[in-house]
Amino acid sequence: MAHSVSAPGRWGRRLAAGAVVFYALITILPLLWIFMTGFKTPQDSISYPPKVLFEPSLEGYVNLFTTRSRQTPEYMASLPPPDTWYEELVRSRDMVIAGPSKFGERMMNSVIIGFGSTFLSVLLGTLAAYGFSRFKVPLEDDLMFFILSTRMMPPIAVAIPIFLMYRTLGLSDTHLGMIILYTGVNVSLAVWLLKGFIDEIPREYEEAAMIDGYTRFQAFVKVVLPQAATGIAATAIFCLIFAWNEYAFALLLTSGTAQTAPPFIPTIIGEGGLDWPAVAAGATIFLIPIVVFTILLRKHLLRGITFGAVRK
Amino acid sequence: MSEPQDSAADKLAARVASATPEPLARRVRGLSDRAIAWLFISPTIVLLLAINIFPLIWTIYLSFTNYKANRINRPIEFIGLRNYERVLTDTDIWHTLQVTAHFLCWTMTLQVVLGFGLAWLINKQFKGHGLWTTVILLPMMLSPAVVGNFWTFLYQPQIGLFNYAVSFVTGIPPSSFQMIGDVNLAPWAIVIVDTWMWTPYIMLICLAGLRSIPDYIYEAAEVDRASKWRQFWSITLPMVLPFLMLAVLFRSIENFKMFDLVVELTSGGPGSVTELASINLKREAFEKWRTGYSSAFAIILFVTVFGAASIYVKALNKVKQR
Repeated sequence: MAHSVSAPGRWGRRLAAGAVVFYALITILPLLWIFMTGFKTPQDSISYPPKVLFEPSLEGYVNLFTTRSRQTPEYMASLPPPDTWYEELVRSRDMVIAGPSKFGERMMNSVIIGFGSTFLSVLLGTLAAYGFSRFKVPLEDDLMFFILSTRMMPPIAVAIPIFLMYRTLGLSDTHLGMIILYTGVNVSLAVWLLKGFIDEIPREYEEAAMIDGYTRFQAFVKVVLPQAATGIAATAIFCLIFAWNEYAFALLLTSGTAQTAPPFIPTIIGEGGLDWPAVAAGATIFLIPIVVFTILLRKHLLRGITFGAVRK
Repeated sequence: MSEPQDSAADKLAARVASATPEPLARRVRGLSDRAIAWLFISPTIVLLLAINIFPLIWTIYLSFTNYKANRINRPIEFIGLRNYERVLTDTDIWHTLQVTAHFLCWTMTLQVVLGFGLAWLINKQFKGHGLWTTVILLPMMLSPAVVGNFWTFLYQPQIGLFNYAVSFVTGIPPSSFQMIGDVNLAPWAIVIVDTWMWTPYIMLICLAGLRSIPDYIYEAAEVDRASKWRQFWSITLPMVLPFLMLAVLFRSIENFKMFDLVVELTSGGPGSVTELASINLKREAFEKWRTGYSSAFAIILFVTVFGAASIYVKALNKVKQR
């Protein structure tokens, strides 16, 4: 029992487990609450005391994806019977569906801008990281620090000139503009993370391949890239999450065509104030992919959040 | 072990060689390592120059002018340091910095205590610690704007879960206090949400620090009959300190520029008691359209972060060397 010296006793361990589980439950409670609120009716969502047990309803999700208008009872009576379950649900509130809401579009924007900027950041980041990792680059440390320091600007400070620049170039509120901007923000993370991953691949692999007649470029594509695949995937997920979550630039530089979900979700309004079940439904749909990715990424999380400064 | 790999590599090489068109292959092969290095690095540098450095220089230029972005046709006048003078003598700016300092100090204190404590507990390796660690980590990856938005729901005085939970534990009626609407409570409301969201960050880095301490050091201490208390202060803490300091550095930079979470939570209110520097900057730049003035403020903020971070990194390196 070599480890018995630093290993805690049984009771110490139980107490630790109890405290950690207690904290974890407090952490998860708000998230569960939002998830549950998405399945409440508007009345249930604002009842006092807060309802833990309730009859689940999809009204929040229906309201999230549709715009509705209130009609007179005479008009409602004159309509043919509803075709679908969601129409029936809306009509039971004396309303008819007027059309789809903007939520679908906004989510689509988030997907396009997220994936577009992730692809570019990882592409540029992989190339630059390989360059920094394998070659003697003059002023290497200074360049790497420069790349990191671009993260210290408050986003609003960058937004002022970007706003003017995009207005001049006609890039305001366009997908392309947002993709370029998010790539510029994320590429620093991609370079730092990928340099760490590529540093860990022994140079001997490429050198052997080059002795076998590969060119440097072929060795990079055929030997280094497959070896770095896990690192590249982890980096891509980090870039995707950051682009997905970004709010300040999206708020200031987009208003319609290219608006992403984060500035949109808080503006979902129902009759008489915020429609909480719809907001909660939107938040749930928006957050679930991140929760899944976080669980997939847990081994690389530490690197990602510290720009590769701390590795396990 | 190496033979099958070699033959596989040979086959691959042959395939690549045959697949690559000859002139292109010769051109790429002809590139020296130095050329490849620059070819690989320059796109990133160009992008960063365009998206970060050019805007920074533009901001510096604007900070010396009276430019207003909503009046394009007004002639731009060069007014020297007057914007800086105005920013530094503006009581609103000092108020906003005070709010930021309060937010920064309390979030860091709470998160360091909670984060280190949790890491220390998790490091006891009880059954199922991996699962619970993942659960605790979830909030920090979520979208701050969406988190801020749904916390306004949890903070609702009558129907919100937070107020209900507080009243359940303390017996205070849930509608007797408003976390977001009250001038005295709102600064704490943002501290609570930030702590909920970012404690796992500090925890995760501390955990890495704790796991980096080899067992034999404790064993040696045990042989020397050092008490548990003594071991904690002379082994655990000093060895985790560089990790903890790094975590605090990253979080402080982020919280100094905090915008999304708090905008959605309180949008700076009530009045301006939660108006952090970035929120004030957004008001000046995009609501009042005082572009020159807000540029000067932006530069001051950037220089502050950059300067403080540089000094801090020096201190961190000293701690690491010990």
